[in-house]
Amino acid sequence: MGESASEPNVSEANESTGRVDSTNDEATSADPRPGYFGAFGGRFVAETLVPALEELTRATHDLVSSSDFQAELSALLRDYVGRPTPLSPARRLARVIDPRGCHLSELWLKREDLCHTGAHKINNALGQVLLAKKLGKQRVIAETGAGQHGVATATACAALGLPCEVFMGALDVERQAPNVLRMQLLGATVTPVESGSRTLKDAMNEALRRWVTHVRTTHYCVGSAAGPHPYPSLVAELQRVIGDEARAALMERGAPPDAVVACIGGGSNAIGVFRAFLDDAEVALYGVEAAGEGLTARHAATLTLGQVGVLHGARSKVLMDADGQILEAHSISAGLDYPGVGPEHAALQASGRATYLAATDAEALAAALEVARSEGIIIALETAHAFAKLREIAAREAARRGRPVSLLVCVSGRGDKDLVTYQAAGLGAPPREDPVRSAVDQEAP
Amino acid sequence: MTRARLEQTFARLAEARRAALVAFLTTGDPSVAESADAARALLRGGVDILELGVPFSDPTADGPTIAEASARAIQRGGSLRATLGVAQALRAEFEAPIVLFTYYNPILAFGEQAFVEAAAAAGVDAVLIVDLPPEEGAGLRAALAQAELCVVPLLTPVSDSARECAALQGARGFVYYVSVTGVTGSAAQAPGAEHESSDMLSHHAAAGRAARALAERSGLPVVVGFGIDSVAKARAVVEAGASGVVVGSQLVRLIAEEPHAAAREAKLSAWARELRAVLSYPD
Ligand SMILES: Cc1ncc(COP(=O)(O)O)c(C=O)c1O
Repeated sequence: MGESASEPNVSEANESTGRVDSTNDEATSADPRPGYFGAFGGRFVAETLVPALEELTRATHDLVSSSDFQAELSALLRDYVGRPTPLSPARRLARVIDPRGCHLSELWLKREDLCHTGAHKINNALGQVLLAKKLGKQRVIAETGAGQHGVATATACAALGLPCEVFMGALDVERQAPNVLRMQLLGATVTPVESGSRTLKDAMNEALRRWVTHVRTTHYCVGSAAGPHPYPSLVAELQRVIGDEARAALMERGAPPDAVVACIGGGSNAIGVFRAFLDDAEVALYGVEAAGEGLTARHAATLTLGQVGVLHGARSKVLMDADGQILEAHSISAGLDYPGVGPEHAALQASGRATYLAATDAEALAAALEVARSEGIIIALETAHAFAKLREIAAREAARRGRPVSLLVCVSGRGDKDLVTYQAAGLGAPPREDPVRSAVDQEAP
Repeated sequence: MTRARLEQTFARLAEARRAALVAFLTTGDPSVAESADAARALLRGGVDILELGVPFSDPTADGPTIAEASARAIQRGGSLRATLGVAQALRAEFEAPIVLFTYYNPILAFGEQAFVEAAAAAGVDAVLIVDLPPEEGAGLRAALAQAELCVVPLLTPVSDSARECAALQGARGFVYYVSVTGVTGSAAQAPGAEHESSDMLSHHAAAGRAARALAERSGLPVVVGFGIDSVAKARAVVEAGASGVVVGSQLVRLIAEEPHAAAREAKLSAWARELRAVLSYPD
């Protein structure tokens, strides 16, 4: 999978960094190496982990693509997760975003929030835990930020009968308390991680350490399209069901969307929806990462402001200082609070195939409220970042195409886990009027 | 120098029928200057090869002892640049080979070519990049080889013959055999093992035998590291035929626990003298 997904567009990849010299050996090789997306990806791990990653790579090739595995996974996704998820038209939100319909003609929501456990993470977790079982692994470990991947992995392990341990930054344990309880209820052990920034990055460090120690018997269920080869390819393949379903549903109605939009933490829901549209050259792809308190303050805008570096086993964009120390990211949303990003996104950015924007904490909160009041959907804080940029994206694409455009947004998850944050931000205040009415009124000449 | 210095060291040790004592410390803990002094104390005590650990923010191959030292070191100005400075100062005073023990990202940020030039100029003999398996970093490897700097390959109990071949391709200087599947400072996971139990020692003896077999296959000296924190374990490894032992976490702990520089250095020198004295091969 890694091979077929790799893109040999490399010269651009390196121009994004002036500081990394003499590293072009990989970048300029004509045929892409396994596990590379252009100049990004690879397998930068301790030697002890290499045999396990090789085993997983073989399994990814042989098993995941086998019709037996696909049939078993499809049945689980249908009967247990509730797939296919709906594709909802968001007419009222479209009017709030663009009251006169000058930029936005149609807005479609791919409803991963309606998956069992409330986010897209279950697509990946079920696939990997099923794979772990086939490989004869005796236990599963995972890292989690928002807790959604932890809950998804704990769920898959409960359903398929494997013990599960989830590493979670101590800060995230505090801010995503309901998910901690969920994991525990599902029988998983939640291990708080006190080192570093006490968030997702540190949880992943600790999971890697645990994996090195128990590598023969343990499967590490990575939660995003990041990490060493084959994880970025494996996770993308397991998540591409999002884009495949959405594309099929839209094609049935007549046409693909003009642009696809998703939020970016490590990049798994985004790559899952992007992959189905990569070959539709006319479909623009937009990822939205977290600008936190602003791009000149504390943020998690790795693709927007990061440099080429190696974190958690892959060469990609990272937030780092001049000494190569990884910086602490910041986002109000735990799932986007990560100073790295999956390598395929770095390659898509370098080639220009996808565009990456960043939304602040405040913009995300405002968008979450807008979606709740106009569509009756309480979205996750992570997801809210994608919604926060819809105005800008619609305007850009409409200007480029000279007509109002249709957008597809991935609703990566629901906001139950974020209620405390929403409440603290004052989102529960009673509305003064109907959001659609007031938007249309304001815009009326 | 460089490669020659390592080869001469192991040749001299072979003649003396003694295994190499390799000491690791984290540069910058408790401060850059004090870690340089700690290294001096170790070298004066008779350490054969010095490993200078470059602090990194996300040391996924390290256990808590070295990970915490790394975090402290960064707070106190530790970095790849500072480590190269320490190496250069030590090189002016000592002949022992110096190995940089680092993660890849600090090198990437420094600039690969600039790093190779700076390391060669500082009198560094070899680099060990924990998260750079043989499939990665071809350009860096070529530049290091050109500068006569060795890249130390790592092999582990889960490395099969294919991994061994890949790791040994173009290897020079010596090989590092990781005694456990684990992070630095891990104790061997003998079932129900307590300190110094015979299970634990037999685990280390097995690692020593694996190292000797690897040395025979590769034609290179093979040192054993991870979890060696006592004279008994070091002796078990050496008696089984390893070319040397690496002690890391134990020294990092010793450095962290002794706040007074003079006492710290005295302890480090004494530790080196004691351990070195028991690393002779049995006749
Ligand atoms: C609902 C939701 N969306 C998005 C993300 C971000 O992850 P990714 O970028 O891998 O989709 C998370 C991560 O926890 C999440 O819970």
